[in-house]
Amino acid sequence: MRIFSLIFLFFSVGTEIVYGSAANGDGKKFNAGDFIVHHIKDAYDWHITTIGSHDISIPLPVILFSPGNGFDIFLSNRFEHGKTVVNGYRIEHNHIIAEDGRKFYDISITKNVASLFISVFILLFIFIKVARSYLLNPNKPPRGLVNALEPVLLFIRDDIAKPSIGAGYEKYLPYLMTVFFFIWINNMLGLIPIFPGGANLTGNIATTLVLALFTFIISIVVSKKYFWLHIFNPPGVPIWLKLPIPLMPVVEFMGVIIRPSVLMIRLFANILAGHIIILSFISLIFIFAAINTWLGLSVSAISIAFSVFMSFLELLVAFIQAYVFTILSAIYFGMATEVPHHNKEHH
Amino acid sequence: MNIGMILLEIDFTPLGKGIAALGAGLGAVGAGLGIGRIGQGALEAMARQPEAMNDLRANMILTAALVEGAAFFAMVIGLLVLFI
Repeated sequence: MRIFSLIFLFFSVGTEIVYGSAANGDGKKFNAGDFIVHHIKDAYDWHITTIGSHDISIPLPVILFSPGNGFDIFLSNRFEHGKTVVNGYRIEHNHIIAEDGRKFYDISITKNVASLFISVFILLFIFIKVARSYLLNPNKPPRGLVNALEPVLLFIRDDIAKPSIGAGYEKYLPYLMTVFFFIWINNMLGLIPIFPGGANLTGNIATTLVLALFTFIISIVVSKKYFWLHIFNPPGVPIWLKLPIPLMPVVEFMGVIIRPSVLMIRLFANILAGHIIILSFISLIFIFAAINTWLGLSVSAISIAFSVFMSFLELLVAFIQAYVFTILSAIYFGMATEVPHHNKEHH
Repeated sequence: MNIGMILLEIDFTPLGKGIAALGAGLGAVGAGLGIGRIGQGALEAMARQPEAMNDLRANMILTAALVEGAAFFAMVIGLLVLFI
């Protein structure tokens, strides 16, 4: 029971922090839509809280490159929320625009990129340690961190890679494990309401696009003749579906493109939806508090209980989405490398 | 002023937002039905063959995630209508 009250306290503190950033602004009316969009979007600074009318945020480096002027590198707090112009650039509604309308490329370390670096650092720290321990004591029973991770590593090898890819699955294990742990740790970092977490990295369509592209490119590179034969000449299909108009080949080929894009949308939308639901529960408090303070207080009890429940559900979803992404990637690799075996049963 | 002119005068943005919400809701109905059927099938299979429970559970989660993906298309389109 004590652990539950601790968790409850933790989430209440988390909500207080959000309360600070939502209500104490500059006496503006609370807008649930703006509040939610602010929390799920990428930003040039890492906002922590607002006390009174003073924002507390971690400034992140802005790196801009324009072909005429070269690089411009400075911290994002020099913009002072759009009040000042720095080296001819101005920030407006979270977008950097050039004063003289010149063309530039924005390669800034934004909130999502910083979060990406943090997660990569955590992953490197954990896995270099684990890999070294396997390398140095191959015959000792695993202890500590290695012991904690071994069931997950074996789960990926025995329940994801082996049944979906079949023979030669070892080649794909590094990619599958990397993508699994990358998605998992970023999903969980996104659930932490304060600094090291809080960025919505896997709920950003650009991130999931890159992950899905990796899966797509690998499955195209390793694909065998049999896979393309299945697409352009699907067996067991009446000939009139193939010959005058290549109906089935077109549908099958569309499937090749649609599969990675569904992979992209699924992860993005799952994580985004989770964030939006938790933020909506918290917004309810302020919507009701604007009507009456006591109403807000009583709704907050229900809201916090629901957000705790949703957070636990999201913890589960964080794992399930990493699992689904990994197993679908493995299944696509298995499909691409399938060779005709008439004596063996197919999946 | 004819009917067409009157229709042009009306701001349909709130109506569009309402329809977007309705569309996302309909997507959720479909996914709910689908996941319910998956749960039903998995539970029946588990009751028949408790020894295959682990395989069944993994496949149930995978299929449910696939169905959920379809629901999220509805949600993403709803969000696009709302915010863009």
